[in-house]
Amino acid sequence: MDVDILFFASYRDLTGTPGLRLTLPPGATVEELVRTVRERGEAFLHLPARPAVAVNHTVVPHGHVLTDGDEVAFLPPVAGG
Amino acid sequence: MTARITSEPIDPEALRGAGAGDGAELLFLGVVRNHAEGRPVRGMRYEAYGEMAERVLAEIVREAEARHAVSRVAAVHRVGELAVGEVSVAILVAAPHRDAAYGASRFVIEQIKRRLPVWKHEHFADGASRWVAGVPLAPESAG
Repeated sequence: MDVDILFFASYRDLTGTPGLRLTLPPGATVEELVRTVRERGEAFLHLPARPAVAVNHTVVPHGHVLTDGDEVAFLPPVAGG
Repeated sequence: MTARITSEPIDPEALRGAGAGDGAELLFLGVVRNHAEGRPVRGMRYEAYGEMAERVLAEIVREAEARHAVSRVAAVHRVGELAVGEVSVAILVAAPHRDAAYGASRFVIEQIKRRLPVWKHEHFADGASRWVAGVPLAPESAG
């Protein structure tokens, strides 16, 4: 299955990309996705091991099971206002 | 109920809309200040995860209306490059009595700082810049 990954703010700066598409085995969790992303290379290892992750605009626990076509966003600590 | 993320300058007057039964209309404006930790600041770039931020801001506004005896809450958050003194966030609360208006306004700004997927990049006067340290998001319990 394919998921679209987005990196915001400082995470975009760390990885050097606003996002990428990743193919994962069916039933993969957010935890597995984060591990796969961090193993892509040096730049991605700068991401924290347990970042806040939103799936289709909702922040989910790392045990959350992904489905084909999900939009997965890595969200740095927020600073609105 | 109004909840919006915008790249246009915020016009606070346009948010007004108290009803005949309201005795208070309270406006809070967040503005870009000219210093951070003793260093001169010349501006700020705000970035949002647009679709999620609009959804979360609408939830915050609905919660404020449900928890406080107010008749109307409106909240708008700006994104893009802002100069010192520009409005980054505006919260308008209309209510029959002032206590509820203050409570709802305070609730909205505190929840924005805790839950809204927005980030700011601070530009210092000496040319340096950095992402402002923030609050880690927690998994949302519902939905």
